[in-house]
Amino acid sequence: MTDRTLTDTSALGELTYRRKFVNSGMTVLVYIAFAVALIPLVWLSYTVLTRGVDRFMVNSNGDHVFNLEFLQQSMRGVFGGSPEGGILHAMWGTVIITGVAALISIPIGLLTSIYLVEYGKGRLKSAVTFFVDVMTGIPSIVAGLFAYALFAILFGPGTKTAVTGAVALSVLMIPVVVRASEEMLRLVPNELREASYALGVPKYLTVLKIVIRTAFAGITTGVTLAIARVIGETAPLLIAVGVADSLNFNAFSGRMMTLPVYIVSEWRKGEAVCNNPDVLCVPEITEYRAWAAALVLILIVMALNLVARLISKYFSPKTGR
Amino acid sequence: MAKRIDVNNLNVYYGGFLAVEDVSLAIEPNSVTALIGPSGCGKSTFLRTLNRMHEVIPGARVEGEVLMDGTNLYDSSVDPVAVRRHVGMVFQRPNPFPTMSIAENVIAGVKLNRGRMSKPDTEELVEASLRGANLWDEVKDRLGKPGSSLSGGQQQRLCIARAIAIKPDVLLMDEPCSALDPISTLAIEDLIQDLKESYTIVIVTHNMQQAARVSEKTGFFNIAGTGKPGKLIEMDDTTTIFSAPSEKATEDYISGRFG
Amino acid sequence: MTITDKRETQEVPLTAHSGSFANSAFTGLSTFAASLILVLLAAVAAFLITEAWPALTDGGAVLAEKVQWIKPEDGESLIQVIGYLVFGTVLISTIALLIATPLSIGIALFISHYAPRRLAAGLGYLIDLLAAIPSVVYGLWGAIVLIPVLQPFYQWLGSTFGWIPLFTPNPLTGEVSPTGRVALSASIVLAIMIIPIITAVTREVFLQTPKLHEEAALAMGATRWEMIRMAVFPFGRSGMIGATMLGLGRALGETMAVYMILSVGLSYSFNILQSGEHNTIASYIAGQFPEANSYGVSALIAMGLALFIITLLVNMLARWIVSRRSEFSGAN
Repeated sequence: MTDRTLTDTSALGELTYRRKFVNSGMTVLVYIAFAVALIPLVWLSYTVLTRGVDRFMVNSNGDHVFNLEFLQQSMRGVFGGSPEGGILHAMWGTVIITGVAALISIPIGLLTSIYLVEYGKGRLKSAVTFFVDVMTGIPSIVAGLFAYALFAILFGPGTKTAVTGAVALSVLMIPVVVRASEEMLRLVPNELREASYALGVPKYLTVLKIVIRTAFAGITTGVTLAIARVIGETAPLLIAVGVADSLNFNAFSGRMMTLPVYIVSEWRKGEAVCNNPDVLCVPEITEYRAWAAALVLILIVMALNLVARLISKYFSPKTGR
Repeated sequence: MAKRIDVNNLNVYYGGFLAVEDVSLAIEPNSVTALIGPSGCGKSTFLRTLNRMHEVIPGARVEGEVLMDGTNLYDSSVDPVAVRRHVGMVFQRPNPFPTMSIAENVIAGVKLNRGRMSKPDTEELVEASLRGANLWDEVKDRLGKPGSSLSGGQQQRLCIARAIAIKPDVLLMDEPCSALDPISTLAIEDLIQDLKESYTIVIVTHNMQQAARVSEKTGFFNIAGTGKPGKLIEMDDTTTIFSAPSEKATEDYISGRFG
Repeated sequence: MTITDKRETQEVPLTAHSGSFANSAFTGLSTFAASLILVLLAAVAAFLITEAWPALTDGGAVLAEKVQWIKPEDGESLIQVIGYLVFGTVLISTIALLIATPLSIGIALFISHYAPRRLAAGLGYLIDLLAAIPSVVYGLWGAIVLIPVLQPFYQWLGSTFGWIPLFTPNPLTGEVSPTGRVALSASIVLAIMIIPIITAVTREVFLQTPKLHEEAALAMGATRWEMIRMAVFPFGRSGMIGATMLGLGRALGETMAVYMILSVGLSYSFNILQSGEHNTIASYIAGQFPEANSYGVSALIAMGLALFIITLLVNMLARWIVSRRSEFSGAN
């Protein structure tokens, strides 16, 4: 057997077969770990894609043809195994509730990050930094319980409205916006602030017109990602807004359906019972709807992520040299 | 119009730490004054007290007076922000605003302070400032391009244009050429000679040859040791400082025995 | 045209304090927003406690009358129910952590030290995509697609390793759960969900290992794995622990995936291959909330409060550990 060791001057001694074997073994394990992580990603994406299409291939006449009824109908008056029913009300609900949540979270989050980077000092600053960290760890269902409790105490129990849901989502969104904006504001080089002061520009204008303008692309990216994260939240909305079948554009009264809650709601229904041969009935229609809604939800989330990356790539100013 | 500056017994503090001790000097209008000295001797710190940029750092303060044409800039009724519109500054590294075009950069100081200006006025000011900074011919065809698309030397001249667009009385320059190549440095030194016709200029430099080329008067700062405050050792005509200085420390620095 | 032709005197006098009102207003506004964070958190605690108060203060028997799912005939009280749920939560989260952590460390190592440099960023992004998938979709996929595939595997586990207390089959039927809606399934899906979090933080830590230490190890003739053991792991130890705890915090609070996958029950059993045995706090709340009367809601909110405090402590501990690292990072 040829001698395969290194020279004796190696500090760790001979490079034995054992050491080489362990090294190669760990390399293999590490590659395997990565592959294992990719499996659910690929598998899940494939599943959602293939099964999500099912609902789009059944129209209300029972024909097997591609249609967009799913996006045009709500669940009003739809029951049993009837091959109807869609997410129109849920999509609007998601837009309204997420929109209101963003309206609350973005100003508060942005102003807080401005405070932390430009004005903050002393105990208030450390307290706020610490508690923003705490807020990032609130379980989403607790945020829902809080919103419910808030509205129950202020307006009476059982006040499940879109605004309640928006408040729950805001609790989850604000810390994300603060963290992302804070990072972007810190990235603005101090010399730009100095250049502005040296021109005799007061501090608030420096922050508004120079600092924020320079960090704007990054902040927009962070906000978009915060929205993407919050748009898929289910538990808090189940608690705070509940379930609904029809379109509702009133954010202040009445329940509103949202995409993620729709998925759970359809899945919970289980298979439809088809006893009457005279009536159009597809037993798996509830499952079709759930998958189709999941497909739409994932597409929206991915689109938001893509938009965030594009903004970051094309609109960031070149501050480096 | 260019103004004179008189500094009386100025002490500069960072919190409780005395950084620069008891400086008194006079700067004539429409002149170029250079401040030289080894690293860390406080010349940049002192320069920043002239436009009250020093106090941007939390805890920083001064004792003493800085008079501009007789008015004490540190009087309690004076707004530091207003001071900076009279005393402009150019920094060591060019720092044009990255989200703005060349033209927008030039009038940034004006726009942020005075808000609206008519389009013809704006264009006039942009051209005048860029000409004043000897940059007009090079950028007149691409005023809409971002400020960061220029070379280092051009960026620095853009910053100078930006500083003079607000029509200050005094222009402070903190080692403006140290990040630039020799050709750009020469361009800026020539520019300084043009600028002194309209402004009072104070320039901090650690390049002695530059001080000798560019200034009429020179002040030499030194520091006794780390942790000790910096002081103005000697201030005189440039030719005198570089040929027959009165203080030994000055002579040692000039001849390269330390620094 | 030189600049001297059109000189105007500077209009702004030195004493003009322009913009100072706006300055104070803006400062005040941002300070107010920041304080709002503190107010908000105090409000969360306050409102939760207020709503939970009846459940917290009423005696066990009173509560048992008013809340229909706490059955006095089974001898159950609110405290007992919470006990089962805490057990279930900890059991499922811990198993998820045991599955996820070695995988995450491997993945983080892969991206930081094994993958081709040009691909590293893209590969990291792929793993981050796992975090972008909403939990409800994980629940749907887990319940409908994954479990049928896992069930035969559970059967094999139960028959081959049934002597291990974890994998014991049902003594009545001699089989593991035929539906597969068991604690282990929930743990597996939870593990997939927390891998991106642990990986992201660990990856950062590994990338920050000082090159000096790595090169010193290699110069001594170490193999790549030995270099990692000598330089990367010691440096990143507290970071890895912090990352794991962040993942734990996430797992503890996860609702939908568990809710949709588990066939629930209340017990202190370790049989993760039997259904109808376990539930987590979050999933329990989600399940009972729609039908609960006002006292039931009160009790559920009390549980939510308990969950909040637990996750708070875990997260605070995690951040403290990670911040300690930055002092002793050895990067000096």
